Amino acid sequence: MSTTTAQQPAPGSQTISLATTVVTSWKAPIAFAVFTLAALALAVFAPAEGDTTFRLSSPTDAIQLPEITVPAMPTLWVVIVLLALLTGYSAWVVSSKRKVPLWTIVVFAVLFMFGFLTWAAAGASLPMIGLLFGSLSLAVPLIYGSLAGVLGERAGVINIAIEGQLLAGAFTAAVVASVTGQPFLGLIAAMVAGMLVGMVLAAFAIKYFVDQVIVGVVLNVLIIGLTSFFFSQVLSPNAAALNTPPRFDRWPIPLLGDIPIIGPVLFRQTVIVYLMYIAVALMYFGLFHTKWGLRVRAVGEHPTAADTVGIKVNRTRFWNVALAGAIAGLGGTFFTIGSGIAFNKEMTAGAGFIALAAVIFGGWHPIKAALAALLFGFASNLQNTLSVIGSPVPSEFMLMLPYLVTIFAVAGLVGKVRAPAADGKPYIKS
Amino acid sequence: MKLELRGITKRFGSLVANDHIDLMVQPGEIHALLGENGAGKSTLMNVLYGLYQADEGEVLLDDEVQHFAGPGDAMAAGIGMVHQHFMLIPVFTVAENVMLGHEETKFGGRLDLPAARARVREISERFGFHVDPDALVDDLPVGVQQRVEIIKALSRDARVLVFDEPTAVLTPQETDELMGTMRQLKESGTSIVFITHKLREVREVADRITVIRLGKVVGEASPTASNAELASMMVGRAVELTVHKDEPKLGEEALVVEGLSVIDHIGQLVVNDVSFSVRRGEILAVAGVQGNGQTELTEALVGLQPRVRGSIRLDGVDLTTESVRKILDSGVGFIPEDRNEDGLVGNFTIAENLMLDRSDGPPFVKGGNIQRGFLAEFARDKVKEFDVRTQGIDSKADQLSGGNQQKVVLARELSRDLSLLVAAQPTRGVDVGSIEFIHKRIVETRDRGVPVLVVSTELDEVTALADRIMVMYRGRIVGIVPGNTPRDVLGLMMAGEQPAEGAAA
Repeated sequence: MSTTTAQQPAPGSQTISLATTVVTSWKAPIAFAVFTLAALALAVFAPAEGDTTFRLSSPTDAIQLPEITVPAMPTLWVVIVLLALLTGYSAWVVSSKRKVPLWTIVVFAVLFMFGFLTWAAAGASLPMIGLLFGSLSLAVPLIYGSLAGVLGERAGVINIAIEGQLLAGAFTAAVVASVTGQPFLGLIAAMVAGMLVGMVLAAFAIKYFVDQVIVGVVLNVLIIGLTSFFFSQVLSPNAAALNTPPRFDRWPIPLLGDIPIIGPVLFRQTVIVYLMYIAVALMYFGLFHTKWGLRVRAVGEHPTAADTVGIKVNRTRFWNVALAGAIAGLGGTFFTIGSGIAFNKEMTAGAGFIALAAVIFGGWHPIKAALAALLFGFASNLQNTLSVIGSPVPSEFMLMLPYLVTIFAVAGLVGKVRAPAADGKPYIKS
Repeated sequence: MKLELRGITKRFGSLVANDHIDLMVQPGEIHALLGENGAGKSTLMNVLYGLYQADEGEVLLDDEVQHFAGPGDAMAAGIGMVHQHFMLIPVFTVAENVMLGHEETKFGGRLDLPAARARVREISERFGFHVDPDALVDDLPVGVQQRVEIIKALSRDARVLVFDEPTAVLTPQETDELMGTMRQLKESGTSIVFITHKLREVREVADRITVIRLGKVVGEASPTASNAELASMMVGRAVELTVHKDEPKLGEEALVVEGLSVIDHIGQLVVNDVSFSVRRGEILAVAGVQGNGQTELTEALVGLQPRVRGSIRLDGVDLTTESVRKILDSGVGFIPEDRNEDGLVGNFTIAENLMLDRSDGPPFVKGGNIQRGFLAEFARDKVKEFDVRTQGIDSKADQLSGGNQQKVVLARELSRDLSLLVAAQPTRGVDVGSIEFIHKRIVETRDRGVPVLVVSTELDEVTALADRIMVMYRGRIVGIVPGNTPRDVLGLMMAGEQPAEGAAA
């Protein structure tokens, strides 16, 4: 099963390291084989006719890239051969007692996705800009939500109520922006709403030691109920006055917005998206390079230790959970004033839970969590894009896709990531 | 700095943990606070450190009354504490741990790590600590972690330093080094409060000794007092410090372990190719500093470790991959090292705890029903036989003191027909009276012809009980030596050094 490597160091030396052995895991080769077979099944049982065109520019771009056209079936077969080779390689790596390197997983995923897209869009042309742009858009609430989750859990409070905070943000933003005609006021109101939800969670979890998961779930149900009630009783009868939110305009950034592919996707967005870039960067810098972050992580890892150096554990937790709520509330604005859509019942549709999955998949790290959220956003938008171009995949199946990706990502591919040690545990002083 | 505690009283509900305690520590003095587990030493120090608020009494520093609302205030006043359970964050580096709570920052709120590193290096060099400021605390041995705790306190200019049971996790050599550090600190004018229940250490390093029993100061003693004197003050009666046992009557080899390795979830060999045997009527004591594979070894013996290689045979039967149930049924008794975590269900009554591992059939369960009458009779018997001090068999287990809880675990395990007893840290956190009792019962078990494996990090316990001693270091066996091996040899072995030629048994 394994080989013994490092010997123990000389006694008295400062480094401690035990002899280690490799715990081999066949997870990756097996998953690879399953996906390769799935691709093979597509090629054999549902061959697609024609060519696939990938469009890399939209007509309004300053710099036009040529379209790439490939014959669908031969491309798919090439991809299948490559996938099979990668599967064989990973199996060989595991059988010789080593770990499957990360690059094989990345290359495999990209290849599989390329093959799948080629097959699914056969005979049509696939707008890559639209696909990626939509991915980022759909990922916006997920990224804000995952930042909120990362912050809360780093401070030691599990925040299941992200869903409720997004919904509260969406609702408040719609109403305030409709009444005042100012989307920015809606934005601020959404943050306040999210923060209030966060404070309720924090009060119950930190002051009264109620199980954090239960409080979170109850808060979600409460917010769904409240917003649905106000929607049907107050908003619907007065939709013109209360539920016709103005939307944020797109602000293309000069120069950056003209870069091929990246420009239109990243830099022709609304202020909510630009704020998101700043939020991710600030969260990373704050958590790992400032006094604030050091203390937040300390209370989430070992609250007693933090207490003994004079850090007020529960106060730190309370305000950071509140701040996390404000971030999630800000994310909720995407649904209404971010997209120019009126508020509707339960319009967040589980985004808060996907954000939680992104927190775990991203290993409680703001940047990795944001990337995970992007992946989930891509899965969601793939479904939209493919049904628009009329792919042969049934739309019911495609609807499952984002959740399927979530389950695979969280269950199978997460390595040994560690949650903050005191995550979910109230700090009780005797 | 002069520290004075006047009439400190701290109550938890109806329990008086500290009852009008007075204590005076002069500048540049090592003042030992001696007392049993549960005597109230740690409570007192937590009051001093601002973690608890005293119900009565006051804390004075250089004759000025202090009001500490929290540890932050105590630290600002110059009190530092080296906690028994280190107050370090495992995923932070040494420098991050030292700076936490009084961080210096640069432009933009960025942490000033270089300053913190320099501070760690400076203090580290002053005391010859050799601590790398960028090492993750999690990767450091406990002895080094303790130095980080000391650096942490000193980096805030502590002039009164409290050591709470600092030697519990150290090898004898590391203990000696710590004593040296304490003397060095004392010479530089720091007042030291040294909390312990180990008599040897007190006599070696203390200038004055205050003994606490059941929350009260029972008197002062001089470091020249004998062990027996100190022990009787601490316990309140004369105690036997040695265990009486006859020469073992050795039978054939019962437990035979060959090439046993235990692999943890990240692939480390926490037990590495271990082979030994225990004969009938013999106590094999496993010595070693906490965390050198003893826990995993005992867990592997009772089938609690998932990744095990090698073989474990008991009376010729292979038990290596058997289920815990099968292993218990073959007569293995197990006293786990953490009774609250693995030994008892705190919410269950004493009676229920006594039948915990026999709930699968007669005599305790018939046709799926617990035989309450039989159980009550059995429990009353055992409570009497094992001298469990309780209000009755229907008391909850977590209402008992540590010693009495351990007696319940012992009673449960010893009341089965045993073919092997595995006892991990049988007297940890147990009062001296119960220690005597538990040791006596373990020796009796041996004399009945049962092979016994005792794991202990306390050398006193190891030498008191063992017929042979096996020393473990980083998952391996350093050596198996006779029970009368001198302490200093064992101490060196616990640090991983091979015993001299001819010492092996």
